[in-house]
This record gives sequence, structure tokens and C-alpha cells, in this order.
Amino acid sequence: MSRKTLTRRQFVAATAMSSAALITAPYVRGAYAAGKISIGFWDHWVPGANDASTTMVKAWGEKEKVEVSIDYITSNNNKIQLTVAAEAQAKSGHDILQMPTWWPHAYAESLEPVNDVMEPLIKQNGEVNGTTKYLGQAGGKWLAVPATPGSQIKGPCSRIDLMKKHAGIDVQEMYPAGAPAKADNWTMETFLKAAEACQKGGNPFGIGLGETTDSVDTAGAIFQSFGAELVNAKGDVTVKTDAVRQALEYYKKLIAFLPPDAPSWDDASNNKWLISGRGAMILNPPSAWAVARRDAPQVAEQCWTHGFPAGPKGRFAPFLPYFWGLWSFSKNKEAAKSLLTYLSQPASIEKFVAASGGYDLPAYANMTTLKTWAEEGPPKGTLYHYPNPNNHQTLSIAASPAPPKVAQQIYFQATLTKMALRYAQGEKMEATLAWAEGECEGFMRS
Amino acid sequence: MADAVVEQGPTVRAARARKSTSLRNALGRKSTVAFFLTLPLILLIALLVLYPAVYSVHLATLNKSMQKFVGFGNFLFLFKRDTFWMVVKQSCIFAVTAVFFKALIGFIVAHFVHNIPAKGQRKWRGMLLVPWVIPPAMSTLAWLWLFDPSYSAFNYTLSFFGIGPINWLGDNLWARFSVILVNIWYGAPFFMIMYLAALKSVPDQLYEAAAIDGANWWQKIWYVTLPMMRNIIAITALFSLIVTFANFDIVRILTSGGPLDQTHIFATWAFKVGIEGSDIPLGASVSLFMVPILAIAAIFILRDVSKRGNEA
Repeated sequence: MSRKTLTRRQFVAATAMSSAALITAPYVRGAYAAGKISIGFWDHWVPGANDASTTMVKAWGEKEKVEVSIDYITSNNNKIQLTVAAEAQAKSGHDILQMPTWWPHAYAESLEPVNDVMEPLIKQNGEVNGTTKYLGQAGGKWLAVPATPGSQIKGPCSRIDLMKKHAGIDVQEMYPAGAPAKADNWTMETFLKAAEACQKGGNPFGIGLGETTDSVDTAGAIFQSFGAELVNAKGDVTVKTDAVRQALEYYKKLIAFLPPDAPSWDDASNNKWLISGRGAMILNPPSAWAVARRDAPQVAEQCWTHGFPAGPKGRFAPFLPYFWGLWSFSKNKEAAKSLLTYLSQPASIEKFVAASGGYDLPAYANMTTLKTWAEEGPPKGTLYHYPNPNNHQTLSIAASPAPPKVAQQIYFQATLTKMALRYAQGEKMEATLAWAEGECEGFMRS
Repeated sequence: MADAVVEQGPTVRAARARKSTSLRNALGRKSTVAFFLTLPLILLIALLVLYPAVYSVHLATLNKSMQKFVGFGNFLFLFKRDTFWMVVKQSCIFAVTAVFFKALIGFIVAHFVHNIPAKGQRKWRGMLLVPWVIPPAMSTLAWLWLFDPSYSAFNYTLSFFGIGPINWLGDNLWARFSVILVNIWYGAPFFMIMYLAALKSVPDQLYEAAAIDGANWWQKIWYVTLPMMRNIIAITALFSLIVTFANFDIVRILTSGGPLDQTHIFATWAFKVGIEGSDIPLGASVSLFMVPILAIAAIFILRDVSKRGNEA
């Protein structure tokens, strides 16, 4: 059996020829040469808003040659939170998953840091607000990228006519469209007097006292405006303070003017309250107004979204941001980061805001004066003050500044509304404080 | 060496023949066939029931960040929480009250249906089963609208009689009443159909004999019907107790555990703590807490059933 041997010279020649052929051959780039990624978006309740996300993501995918699959996951009954928990457990699922408020901290260990995405974005779009930093950062690391879709402020949405009629307050004069707020007199005391007047006039404020987020967010902003913290930033329990006592006293007075069934309200109850025409004010993003525009136009044209009243320690408004988290188990992190950067460009943000009719809020300072908010109506300008264009109020989240993992427990156990309700229902102040202290101590477990 | 081979030949063959015969026998046995026929189901149960159950036990032994084994630490933590004991109390009130009334209503309605002539009985049976057939998540939504805090259809109706408005879901006691009521509405048809089947199997001769002995209506129920239905009552009650203890959807949709946690039961509180509070190990511990309670109940009830079976 003869065997042809390869000489050293022949080997070198063959290698050189092969290399030359490889280098000079034309590079054929496939349709999805840069791989695949999948993204799970929050399923937007505004009709057509998901289409804007799909269009943007597809355009990016075609440009970058990445095959992208998109899922829309509802937040009804916490489906999106369940998906986050399941994917974190399974270490499998989407590359990018949209998650609300506390979830980046809750699953920090499973998320890829995104400082390299956030630092250029902040330089470009302006500083992000304090609540976004509090929820999205840990130890100087960005855990996730603030998402415009779904992020919202739950400020007052007042009935122009009823507030004038019962309380003598002209909310349009206080918060004029296209101009800074003139709301120095819009304080917690004024708010209480207005609540009383509207209740006596037959149109009480629609503020829930249940355990869902709308009720908790309102309680959070009111407690913060009195400087009341259940747990401070260091993690010390600070329930038994004068500030907490003052906040509870205030809440007790306010509860007397709210609908008697407010303890059983969920996040839909206040919307229904406004749309039915029964209430003079609710504390909510403009979703109720948007539904009223379709179902009860005579109500919608009397709605005006504006800022929160100020308390002794400042003016706070509940801000609930969504984030896009990039899982550490993602197989295409570079492409995912490129997509996140694309979705956070000013042009993309503007499209998100327009598609949602002004409901979605970007977290960046330079992005709060888009034309959508100035133009939406009726009445025209009703959303002008919704994104806090003049930094008139501090955007905050209930239970902050407690360490986020503790604050999440306070938030979801609705400790603030429960305290207010217990005290208003006749429990002694010290008993309520002792109960809350015990609860907070339980939330410290690690 | 060759001798050994010669000697081993028949032995190996015999052993092989014995083995193949025993394998054939084993495969031919009814129990083996039954085992293989049920194997897909056993595997399915292992995958969908056993694995999650074992995994939840594993989760319950981890710390909050799921990085450290803490043994019974989560349970010890729960035992120190007032809210947990409130949930235990409420779950017991919810399950026991609901099962009692479901059994009572089921028993009464089963008698009514049993006494309807056979021709029209099927219609009634079908209609009475409707609450049990509709997915509870859907039917509870309808109840939510009936109880709605601000626009309750019940309150609207009651207002014609000068009653109310009742704060169905906002008052602690009314909220508990409402969630139990919906559970009874949903579960009573199951009892009804089980009891109806049991009633049909009671021989008429027993009632005839009782009538000859001069037994009245109550004595017939007490001395004939109930003893004949004891096993089915026990098994139905046990089954329903397990399902009612583990209920989630009714409370979640109607009250989410409120007001002031007064309607939380194990499953809703486990969800609150585990999913909403991102403390999955503690949530798993809350949901596992009911296992020993139900296991003890099951042991007593099933022992009683098998004792009576042996006596029979």
C-alpha cells in the first residue's frame, strides 16, 4: 500500500493558499448574521402601543441583522412578576425582560450590569430621577435600563368643574398648560379642605385604602410629605417617630372624607370612580382619563392631571418606573445591549410616548417636555404637568428610602395603608405603631 | 479449562432458560401488565406533582436569597409572626365553615333531587352542577361585580327593601362572609352529586323496613341514610377540605386578602410573600405548612373509612 507523504514545502504552500482564499473570498452576511435575541415587553393596555414597540424592534433587528422575537406579557394578576420569578429560577427565557419597580433589586444576582449602556444614555438624555436610581442601581452598578413603556406618575387627576364648584379651586389656574405651576397654596391642608368640601358636595375624592399599588402609592407620597419613614436608608426601624404620628393623624382626618368602601378598593376602583362621574379627584396616571375619553367624553373633557399637594417636608409624587433587565444567562448580551440603547434613544422615547397617548414616562431629565403631553386633550394641555416638566415635585416611591429589599416588603404588604386604616378604625396610635414596628422587623430577614 | 466449559454449558443454558421463563412469567403477570400500563401516568405524576413537591420542600429550606441552607429556619421565623398565625386561623375558619355548609347544602339538595321523578331529574342535576363546571376564576369575577364596592348589584336590590348599603368586601366580617359564600356556591354541587350517587345506592328495602318499624322521616335519615352514606361523606369531606384549604382564586379575585389581611388564606398569603414580596422560600414554607395539617386529617378520616370497610 503506497502512501503519499506531504512534504513540509507542500504543507506550507497549501496553508498559504487556503488562507489567501479565505481572506479574499467575498463575505456573505446572512439575514440574521448577528444571532438571535428575545425580549419580553410589558403588555401595554393602550391600544396600538404594542405595535409601536414591535415596529421599533423589528427595524432595529433588520438594521443589525439580529433575529428578534417579542412577547407581550400582561401585568394583570402579576403575570409579569411571575414570569420574572420563573425565568430567574430556571435561568432560561428571554434575553431582555421588562420588569416593574422592585424587581431589578429582587433579582440583582441574575441580572447583567448595564453601566456601559446607562452612562452614555445619561450623558445624552439627561440625569435620571432619584427613584429610578434608587430602584435601578445597587452599589454603583446599573442593574437594568429604565423603560419608557409603563413608567408612570400617579398624581392627582381632578375634575375641573367639581373642584371649582365644591372646593373653589381652579386646577387649571394652579397648573396652567404650557407654563410652570403656581401651586404654592396647594398643600396637604388645602387638599384636606377640598376633600371635605367635595365629600359634602356629593363627589368625594376617590382614594383607595386597599392593598393594591394605587392605594399604597398614595399613602407613600402622603407619608413622605410629612417626612415619615418606617425604615430609614440605613435599614433602622423608625416607626415610632413624630413624623409617622403626624402622617397617621392626617390620614385619619382624610379617611373620614373618602368613600366608606375605600378599604376594599383595587386599582380599577378609582378609575371607575372618576369615569362614572361620582368623584372630584383620583390619584392615578392618565389611564382613567383616557378610558373616559372613549366611554364618557363629558367626564374626560373636565379632567386635569396635575401635581401632588405639598406637606411639611416637601411635595412628593408617586413614580413607578419599569425597567428592561438583561439576564446574566443571555446568550447574546452585546446585541441585547445594542437594542436597549436603541430603545432609549430620544427618537424611540418620543415614539413610545406618542403611541401611549402620553401615558408612558421616560426617566430622563431632558425628555419631560415632549409635544405629546402639551397637545393631548380634551381639554388641550390636560397632560402638560403629568411628566413633572418643571421639577415641581420630588418623584418618589412608597417605603423609600428603606433598603429596596426591605422596602419591597413594606410596599407589597401595604403596611402604610394598613396602618392608616387601623388607626382610622379606632385602634390606639401606640398599638398601630407597635404593630407596624413588628411587621418591619419581620421584613429585615435576608 | 475445556472440562470446565463442558461442565458449564448445560448450567448456563439452564440458567438462561430459567431466566427467560421467569421474565415471561413476570411479563405475563397481570400486576406487571398493570404496572406498565400505568407507567405513563406514574411518570406524569412524578414530573408534574412529585418533582414540584420535592422542589418546594427544597425551596422552603433556603434563605431569602436562596443561596444558603437554613433547615427549618423559615418555619421558625413564621412561627414568630402574628400575621402568620392570623392566616392559619383564617384558613381553618374558611375551610371548615365552607366544607360544613357545602356538605349540608349538598346533602339537602341531593335529597330534593333524589325525590324528583327520574324523568325530570337529569335537567335538575345538570342545572345544579353549573356552578361547579364554570371555571372559578370566571364565576368569581361575576361575584366581584355583584359585590362591587361602589356599584354592587346586591346593594341595589337590597335598597328596595330599605337595607344597606352593605360593605361586602370592605368590612372585615362581611368580607370573610363573602369569600366563604362564594366558595360554598362553587363547591356545594360537588357534594350534591356525590351524595345523590350515594343515595341512589341505598336499598329501598331498608326504608321499607324502617317504615314498617314506624320510623319517622328524621329517624330514616339518622338510622338508615346517614350510616349508609358515612364513607362517601367522609371521603367527600376530606377531598373538599384539601381543595378548600388550598383555595386561591376566590380570595385573590374578591379581596386579595384584604381588608387588613382579614381574608388571607395560606395560598393567597404565600403568593403575597413569595411572588409579590420576592421571598420565594418563605412563600414555599407558608404553602407547605398546611401539608401536615391535611395529612393528619387524611390519616384519621381514611383510617375510619377502611375500618368501616373491614367491618362490612
